[in-house]
Amino acid sequence: MSEDTTDKRVREASRRRFLQAGAALAGGSAIAGVGGSTALAEQGNNLPPNVPEWMKAPGDPMGSQPYGTPSVHEKGVVKNISKTLPQYISASGRTPLQELDGIITPNGLFYERHHGGVPTIDPAEHRLMLHGMVDRPLVFTMEDIRRFPSQSRIHFLECSGNPVYTKPYGKTASDLVGLLSCAEWTGVPLKTVLDEAGLQAGAKWIVAEGADAAALTRSIPIEKCLDDAMLVYSQNGERLRPQQGYPLRLLLPGFEGNMNVKWLRRLKVVAEPAYSREETSKYTDPMPDGTSREFTFYMEAKSIITRPSGGQKLTTHGFHEITGIAWSGHGKIKSVEISLDEGKSWQQAELQEPVLTRALTRFRLPWYWDGTPAVIQSRAIDETGYVQPTLAELVAVRGLNSFYHNNAIWPWRIDANGEVTNGQA
Amino acid sequence: MARRNLKTAALVSAIAMHGVAVHAEERYGIGREATPAEIAGWNIDIGRDGTALPPGSGSVERGRIVFSEQCAACHGDSGQGGVGDRLVGGQGTLASPKPIRTVGSYWPYASTLFDYIRRAMPQNAPQSLSNEDVYAVSAYILSLNGIVPANAVLDAKSLAAVKMPNRDGFVSDPRPDVHNH
Repeated sequence: MSEDTTDKRVREASRRRFLQAGAALAGGSAIAGVGGSTALAEQGNNLPPNVPEWMKAPGDPMGSQPYGTPSVHEKGVVKNISKTLPQYISASGRTPLQELDGIITPNGLFYERHHGGVPTIDPAEHRLMLHGMVDRPLVFTMEDIRRFPSQSRIHFLECSGNPVYTKPYGKTASDLVGLLSCAEWTGVPLKTVLDEAGLQAGAKWIVAEGADAAALTRSIPIEKCLDDAMLVYSQNGERLRPQQGYPLRLLLPGFEGNMNVKWLRRLKVVAEPAYSREETSKYTDPMPDGTSREFTFYMEAKSIITRPSGGQKLTTHGFHEITGIAWSGHGKIKSVEISLDEGKSWQQAELQEPVLTRALTRFRLPWYWDGTPAVIQSRAIDETGYVQPTLAELVAVRGLNSFYHNNAIWPWRIDANGEVTNGQA
Repeated sequence: MARRNLKTAALVSAIAMHGVAVHAEERYGIGREATPAEIAGWNIDIGRDGTALPPGSGSVERGRIVFSEQCAACHGDSGQGGVGDRLVGGQGTLASPKPIRTVGSYWPYASTLFDYIRRAMPQNAPQSLSNEDVYAVSAYILSLNGIVPANAVLDAKSLAAVKMPNRDGFVSDPRPDVHNH
C-alpha cells in the first residue's frame, strides 16, 4: 500500500469518526449550551457593529521595528524558565510547546541548555580546528565553512533529561517536555569537511568541543559523523542565535541534545571516546541494579498532546481539535494514536504533512467534548515499528532514578469544568 | 566511494565550464593546515588512561587550600554540594532507592576529574588554575572520598594509576529495552 493510499484511508477514517461523533451528540441532550448555537451579542467599542479604533488612524510606520517582534498581546509567549533554579550559568530554559502551532520552533523560543553560560563570540575570531587521526589537520574560518556546499534540513533537537522520571512532573506540556524544539538547519555535511582532512584508518570517534566556558566535550561515533551529521551556521533562515551556538554548532539528528555541541571550535578524530565528564558523570542512565548505561545517544519515539494540555481550560462543550507533536530519533513517525478513555482504546490521529525524518510531526484528531471528565493521551509509533511506552512500562525496566531518556506517554486529565491537568501528577 | 567520484566529477565539470585551468582534486581546498603549536594550545583532552596528563604534581594538602579558595563556595567546605554538585560520598548507594552520585561513588576515571577541572572549573574563571593546582584539587577531592590517602601527591603517573570505585559500573545501551507490543 502506498503512503498516499494510507494517508487517504486515515483521513477518511478520521472524517467518519468526526461525523459519527457529531451525529451522536446531535441526537442527545448534551448539545445544549454548545457554543455558537446561541445568538448573544457582545458589547464593546471595538466590536461589531462599531468600527475598531485601529482602523481609525494609521498604524506604526515602516521601520518602527527593524527586527520584528511578536504582537504586544503575545508577550506571555516566552521561554519557560524556572525562577527557582540553583544557578543560571549551567541551566536550561524550555520552549512553550502548548503555545505553538505547526512543527517549526521560532528561534526566540528554541529551548536552551548551557553549561557555562552563553558566550559572545566574534565570528571573525572563531576557528574550527580539525585534527587527530586525519591526513591533514586543518583550521577553518567561518568564511571557509560557508564556502562548502550547503544543505538545509528540518530536524528536532531534544535534551535527554526531558522530563526526569520522578515527581513533581510539572503542570504544562512545556514543563514536561519543553526541552524540545525543531528548526530548519543550514550548514555543511560533516562528512564533506572530514573528507577535506582525510580520515585515517582506525578512526572510530570524533570528540567535539565547544568554545564556551565549559569547553564542553562529547564523543560522537564515526558512523554518525559520516551519516547525517552537519556543521550548522543558520537556523530558520538566519544565523544561529548565541544561545544555539553562534557562529557554529554540531547537529546530530536524533541524538540527545547535549551531543549537538554548540560554539563548536574543535573536532578531534580518535580511536576511542574521550570519556569526558559529560559522557560519564552526566548523560549516563542509572539503572536499579546500580549499573549505568553509557553512550545512550538516540532519542526514542515520543509524542505529547499540546492542545488541550495542562494549564489550559476548555471553556465550552462541543467541538475541540486535539493536536500535538510526535518525533523519533530513529526516523519518521509512522502513526500517532490517541486515547480518550484512559488508555482503554486508541484511534488514529491524522498526520500533517510533511512527515520528515527526525523532525517534529504535527498530529490532529477532531473531538466533541460532551462535558464529562476525560483522560486523553497520545502514543507515537515510528517507522521502525517502535511504540511509545507508558511511564509504568519504562519504570518497570529502568526504575525511577534513570533520569535520562524518559519518552513516556503523557496523559492529560480534563475535569467537568474543562480544567486540564497532568494525568500522572 | 561512488559519492566521492560523483563529487569529483562535479568539480571537474564546474572547473571545465568556467575554463579554470587547475588540476581537479577530490577536495575543495578549503581551510588551511593547523600547526602543531595551534593544536597543542587547544588540545587539552586527557585520555581515560591518563594519556596527555601534563608534567607537574599536586598534594592533598595544597589541594585543601585551593579548594577552599576556588571551589568551596559552590561545592561546600567538604565537597558536600551546594549550588554546585555534591563531590563526596555516596559509595555503596548506587543500587539503592536513593542513589547518591558523586566523584567518589560514580565517576569511572580519575583522569576525567583532572580534565574537567582544568577545562571548566572554577565556573567563574575556567582554565585559570595551574596544572599543579589542578593536580592538587583532584588529589583533595579524591582524598575526601577515601580514594587516595591524606598525604598523597598526585602526578601524571599516580593519577593515571588511581582506580575509581565505579570504574566497571557502566554498560552499553541496550535500548529498545521496553517490549510493549
